Amino acid sequence: MTLSQVFFLAVAAITLFAAVMVVSTRRIMHAALWLVLSLFGVAVLFALLQSGFFAVVQVVVYIGAIAILIIFAVMLTRQVMLDVGPQLNRGWWIPAVLVAGLYAALVGVLSTWSQFQAQAGPLAPEANDLSRFGQALVDLNAYVIPFEIASVLLLGALIGSIFVASERKG
Amino acid sequence: MDWIYIGVFMVVATALPAAAITIAGLLAPKKPNKIKNSTYECGIETVGESWVQFKAQYYIFGLIFLIFDVETVLLFPWAAAYNQLTLFGIIEAVIFILILLAGLFYAWRKGELEWI
Amino acid sequence: MTFWNDPINFIGQWLQGLLIQWGVAPGVAQVIVLVLGAAILGVVGLVWVIFLIWYERKIIGRLQDRLGPNRVGPFGVFQAIADMLKIFTKEYITPDGADKVPYNLAPVLAVGGVLMMWGVVPFASRIIGADIGVAVLFVVAAGAIGELGILFAGWGSNNKYALLGAFRSVAQLISYEIPMVITLLIPVMFSGSLSLQTIVQQQTIWYALLAPIPALIFLITQIAEVGRAPFDLIEAESEIVAGFNIEYSGLKFGMFFVGEFLHAFTAALLFAVLFLGGWRGPFAEQIPFLGFIYLWIKTFLIYFLTVLIRGTVPRYRIDQMMDINWKLLTPLSLVMVLVTAVVFNLVKPVGSPWVTLAALLAANAVMGVITMQFLRGAARSRRRPMVAPSTIVVARPEPQNTQSNPE
Repeated sequence: MTLSQVFFLAVAAITLFAAVMVVSTRRIMHAALWLVLSLFGVAVLFALLQSGFFAVVQVVVYIGAIAILIIFAVMLTRQVMLDVGPQLNRGWWIPAVLVAGLYAALVGVLSTWSQFQAQAGPLAPEANDLSRFGQALVDLNAYVIPFEIASVLLLGALIGSIFVASERKG
Repeated sequence: MDWIYIGVFMVVATALPAAAITIAGLLAPKKPNKIKNSTYECGIETVGESWVQFKAQYYIFGLIFLIFDVETVLLFPWAAAYNQLTLFGIIEAVIFILILLAGLFYAWRKGELEWI
Repeated sequence: MTFWNDPINFIGQWLQGLLIQWGVAPGVAQVIVLVLGAAILGVVGLVWVIFLIWYERKIIGRLQDRLGPNRVGPFGVFQAIADMLKIFTKEYITPDGADKVPYNLAPVLAVGGVLMMWGVVPFASRIIGADIGVAVLFVVAAGAIGELGILFAGWGSNNKYALLGAFRSVAQLISYEIPMVITLLIPVMFSGSLSLQTIVQQQTIWYALLAPIPALIFLITQIAEVGRAPFDLIEAESEIVAGFNIEYSGLKFGMFFVGEFLHAFTAALLFAVLFLGGWRGPFAEQIPFLGFIYLWIKTFLIYFLTVLIRGTVPRYRIDQMMDINWKLLTPLSLVMVLVTAVVFNLVKPVGSPWVTLAALLAANAVMGVITMQFLRGAARSRRRPMVAPSTIVVARPEPQNTQSNPE
């Protein structure tokens, strides 16, 4: 067990625990707070994978925009601190068994892959070069169509959100 | 190695104020009484629960901010690659920005950018 | 590598050697030196705020035709230390019903978010915390953590005024983050990298000269992000009492203040690094300390400018602030990115930096003129009276057609 493996396990455990707390905590505001912790754990996992760009993008977009939006929405409801009682219903052990079985099946299938126990090699230095990513985004043979469609998608999201929100206002 | 420093620095940056606050907590007197601990409402007793009137405008600003945040994050790799791009690559990003400027003007004309 | 050439690494190696001599394992020694370096940077950042508070109070005092602190120590230098000692001994009054975790976490996040930015700023050619490849976005991410702290403060106080103040504050901060991030694209475009050290190293011509309007937009949005005048609606005493930090007392309140002053200085530091060439200057590559001094001088120039603006300009209303952001700064910054990208690419084949500078300055000047025309038109339409005054004087009012017959 190398140090980075221990660190990875710790961060993954924290992320999963925070994710479980998001759905099972009694107060909706606490759920938003646990969500922030879980998103931050994912950002740390990105950094562990030596992808610095996506780690900071995760913090900027998810924590800095989406989590704040969720907290806004939660705070604008009236029952922010209302204790709505336990969130687990009585039959919670059935999905738990199903999930554990699914996980065991997935691990079993993946372990037949020849590279399952192999050590991941170091990332090639040019893989982290952001300018190559940028060039690929506008390259005709690479990702220019998804790039432009992403802008149309964002435009659609903007118009849709304005439509939905203003209907409620007026 | 650099990210390890960032991780350590993040821990230090949050631990230093936390340590200062804890030290001050130990030094300061602790005399809670009911009147001191009551929440502030311009000098009178609090009325009603502590929630705020629903104002959709906050949420709309948050939504518009989210859209533009994602757009800008998508533009950063393009900007990093700018020096190696031809005019065609730049025109593609110009189209990207123009589509989103159109969205901003739509929001403007719809009156969604007013703070009422 | 000597001390003058490469101070941080030199000291780091010497400390590591010392620890290994004392019998510590090499890996552990490296980690200890790393932690020590991070701790020293954090402490220096926090202690520096004490000087900044004194500096600002003196200048604000002079702007308001009074002396500022001048009793405690020569020229009142120890005033901030005395204030700090006082605030350490004030009681923490936690309101009833406050949610403990967000309430206590908020000041830590507010200061920690700003302090984290110091880890990626290049103080000299060889003095930098960590040269990660995405420092520009890391700075934006650290700002987002600070905003989260404000939201926690407003919500954790169990006070509707704090909540309202936190909402307005976060609405202002996220709005002004958009032009800030867009204008951050410009130094990245010119230098081809998101690393602050590379941006400084590539600035043979200061980017504030190559792109003056984006630099100005960046400065304005940074002042708004910090929450300083004229954008300090969120903490003005005449508005929503004190905003999101109503229910804080003692050092927790002090931490919000420390966070604000540190953020103001960090904003000036970032502007100097991104647009004013950072530590560049004569002989800065060979002697890092000289680069450090150049950076400090440039930062203090910009910081002095922000303090001057604070003491001079009246405060904006919240709707004026939002109008300025969404209707002026955001479209202008997007258009400036377009214009700069196209113009820079068209003049690059010429190769001469003077032609590039002239072309970009001309493009900025043209955009500035167009913007002023738009602003003038907008102001004129706002000033135009809604109803044209009538020029006919009526001697006798006309009979009312709608009057019913009194029958």
